[in-house]
Amino acid sequence: MKRYSAFAVAREALRYHTGWERAWRSPEPKRHYDVVIVGAGGHGLATAYYLGKNYGITNVAIVEKGWLGGGNTGRNTTIIRSNYLQDPSAAIYEKARSLYETMSQDLNYNVMFSPRGVIMLAQTEHEIRGYKRTAHANALQGVQTEWISPERVKEIVPIINLHGPRYPVLGGLWQERGGTARHDAVAWAYARACSDMGMDIIQKCEVTGVRTEGGRVAGVDTTKGAIDCDKIGMIVAGNASVLSEMAGFRLPMESVALQAMVSEPIKPCMDVVVMANTVHGYMSQSDKGEMVIGGGTDGFNNYTQRGSFHHIEETVRALCETFPMVSRLKMLRQWGGIVDVTGDRSPLISKTPVGNCFVNCGWGTGGFKSIPGSGWAMAELMATGHSPLTEEFSMNRFKEGKFIDESVAAGVAH
Amino acid sequence: MLILECPYCGVKAEETELAAGGEAHLKRFGPGSNDDEFHDYLFMRENPKGVHFERWRHANGCGKWFHAARCTMTLEVFGTYSAQTTEPPQEIKDKISAKRPGWTWREFTDGQK
Repeated sequence: MKRYSAFAVAREALRYHTGWERAWRSPEPKRHYDVVIVGAGGHGLATAYYLGKNYGITNVAIVEKGWLGGGNTGRNTTIIRSNYLQDPSAAIYEKARSLYETMSQDLNYNVMFSPRGVIMLAQTEHEIRGYKRTAHANALQGVQTEWISPERVKEIVPIINLHGPRYPVLGGLWQERGGTARHDAVAWAYARACSDMGMDIIQKCEVTGVRTEGGRVAGVDTTKGAIDCDKIGMIVAGNASVLSEMAGFRLPMESVALQAMVSEPIKPCMDVVVMANTVHGYMSQSDKGEMVIGGGTDGFNNYTQRGSFHHIEETVRALCETFPMVSRLKMLRQWGGIVDVTGDRSPLISKTPVGNCFVNCGWGTGGFKSIPGSGWAMAELMATGHSPLTEEFSMNRFKEGKFIDESVAAGVAH
Repeated sequence: MLILECPYCGVKAEETELAAGGEAHLKRFGPGSNDDEFHDYLFMRENPKGVHFERWRHANGCGKWFHAARCTMTLEVFGTYSAQTTEPPQEIKDKISAKRPGWTWREFTDGQK
């Protein structure tokens, strides 16, 4: 792999950019791999990368039914934060956030990580208490967050309306080190690094069955033929239940649609991410100038990758209250993704009833921010059978009653 | 936009008038059942890509609970029916069989198979 550098840009500028090579290979599948990762999204590629980098396991195939990074990795609002209430969540999201800080250098790929800061607005008395509690919890967890006054919020976000028609802004939970990154670049960076380590990324290859022998995985059947393997990592977000059924076990999971949209590009007006969870909308401004807007999930099971119209209205209404200038914006694009949601709104990173079959799913509406941490922990679990970061996220937590209840802690936008 | 006909008041209600209530025909396991049954009843959910049965409430209407049979891939609605039943009526199953031959959902299957 040729490294990207300022020198490379200059060199290619002198020869009409004819020297750039493909970022990753597109091989045909081999008959056998040590590990097959199903799903070439951010989480799958990150898992493969850390399997190779941290554990030297490089005989790995990453199979993907569509194209690389074309699912939720390419459909999110790119927010990165780690201000969670529960210890296990804070640990894995903070691991992810800290890996984002050096990702561009580590992977020699500009993922445009922008630690611009994230504010979660408190708009009810209940939220004030909740976020102050989170700030205290974060202090103990070693996650840098701060409770700030409405005046400080206005200072950081001049376009905000503190005295909205329904809910005033009463303060906020401020994570200065949170921010955004370029979502596609994260997938592409991991893919390039995986391919460079000799891993095979096989796109347009749908898994149609999971073969087991004596209670352990033996391989997968795909639209490009059968592949044998010793271990499987199922990292397919919204389709987790479909894949687990192929392997013969059930998941405590429901798949629902989550939507986002972007406005026409405008001049820079807001250099942080703002989340308003009571009125239910969140917004940031991309480097292109588009306002990136997200809201809530639909209430019913759905695999269509498009959501309900009334959610767009609710989200936009919420943002017009909070940011009156938004009412003048035209929306350019709107899209939906299928997110997999568990009962306690926390992910599953776990062994399964099938031997050597691992799942990493249930990230729900908060998957992008956790990509590097999730991959790091999942690789550790798959390689060694144990990871301190994933221990609490096991499937058994429901049986044991050890929920990681972020549905209460994080409210809705999570 | 999803439109369901309330089987009680006959109103063709769209989503904002309705509240989704999750998987239908859950069998309740309480005292006397074993841990696995209780766990599955509480937490495990059917999450199929295709034919699905679920509960809805006509929240901003007559307020009553009812059942719907729906496809999660296309959002096609096969029919709605009363909440006072422990399994989908034959008429609904037939409607599904006509459009999705060979369907299965939990213990219910296409009778024609």
